[in-house]
Amino acid sequence: MNRFTYLADVVTLELAPEKCVGCGLCAIVCPHAVLQMNGSRAAIIRRDDCMECGACAMNCPTGAIAVDAGVGCAAGIINAALGRTGADCCCVIEPRTNGDSQSPEKSKGIGCC
Amino acid sequence: MHYTVAPGLYALGTPDETSPVFVTANYKLSFDKLRSALPGRDAWILVLDTKGINVWCAAGKGSFGTQELVRRVAASRLDALVSHRNLILPQLGAPGTAAHAVKKQSGFSVVYGPVRAEDLPAFMDAGMKATPQMRIKDFSIGERAVLIPMELIPSMKWGVILLTATLLIGSFGNPVHGVFAMLMMLFGIMAGAVLTPLLLPWLPGRALSVKAATAGLVASGMLLVSQPVFQTGAVPFAAPLGLLIMATALSAFIGMNFTGATTYTSLSGVRKEMKWAVPVIIGAGVIGLALWIGALAVM
Repeated sequence: MNRFTYLADVVTLELAPEKCVGCGLCAIVCPHAVLQMNGSRAAIIRRDDCMECGACAMNCPTGAIAVDAGVGCAAGIINAALGRTGADCCCVIEPRTNGDSQSPEKSKGIGCC
Repeated sequence: MHYTVAPGLYALGTPDETSPVFVTANYKLSFDKLRSALPGRDAWILVLDTKGINVWCAAGKGSFGTQELVRRVAASRLDALVSHRNLILPQLGAPGTAAHAVKKQSGFSVVYGPVRAEDLPAFMDAGMKATPQMRIKDFSIGERAVLIPMELIPSMKWGVILLTATLLIGSFGNPVHGVFAMLMMLFGIMAGAVLTPLLLPWLPGRALSVKAATAGLVASGMLLVSQPVFQTGAVPFAAPLGLLIMATALSAFIGMNFTGATTYTSLSGVRKEMKWAVPVIIGAGVIGLALWIGALAVM
């Protein structure tokens, strides 16, 4: 009851098996056991469990894995749509109301988790 | 309040040149969790400058990453301090760190430790080997419960205005209806911010807005049927129906925003969900409001 699967058939995770050298690091770093070693090569076994954190692609020494990594956060997407900079989930930086403030710290407001 | 630790190298116990090196973020809770997970052990702790952000979030942004790690290893002259060439990183630091690049640039090998710091003693005792369970980031009811204030407090900022507005507008019908309307909205907010995180595995659907809409519909629906006034026909049916739709939409919106706090939603998935959920939520809100206001006008 503590493990969840989000929407089906939507993640951008791609594995090119011919580039895999079998180091196994992708299977180690994945926090949702999406990748597993199948003999000497990695395989995607639970595709819909992928949260696109990008850990596997980042740690693949041969670039065999590609994923459009990001944070799955509705607030972050809304913030980006509203033109707020630093548009990720935790930190909201309001758009500058005047042109003279250069640092984000000086802009209207910062909300951080 | 700043929950930060000064970046740099720290000694836990009395470490020597053979002691392991653990890497963490300079968020105080991350640092303290690591420290308290290793009672009675001697180790080096290398704290990266992540601007006070926890390991996973910082790794996603890249501040817990290859560059900062390589720089920090060099700045602390770790190569002269320890005889081995291993750095133990939290597994959740992997989205920002490329183990092969760290090796190339610093000479140190990255060993990814378990997801949870409390598994570190078992991981170390097993010769730096993690069990499959140690590699999984789950989302237990306890973890979900502590996120409730994070959902509730931001919702309450605009929630207070919304509740006051429904109380005032509803009171044009009559004061009792005003209180009822306000309670319906409160149930919607609570369903989204409290019930949805708690009941997450048991709510139907995969999209968070669908799960939360169900919670909102059931919670506000139960409040509705507990009000005998609506069963006598004294109030036009459109009034409670409109409020029910609004409360459901409210819960769905808050639930959709819970995606950012979960440990399993993907960016592509959230984009897909929002593509239909946002128009549906806005549409439902408008229809619900129109039904309610319309009913109040004839009351």
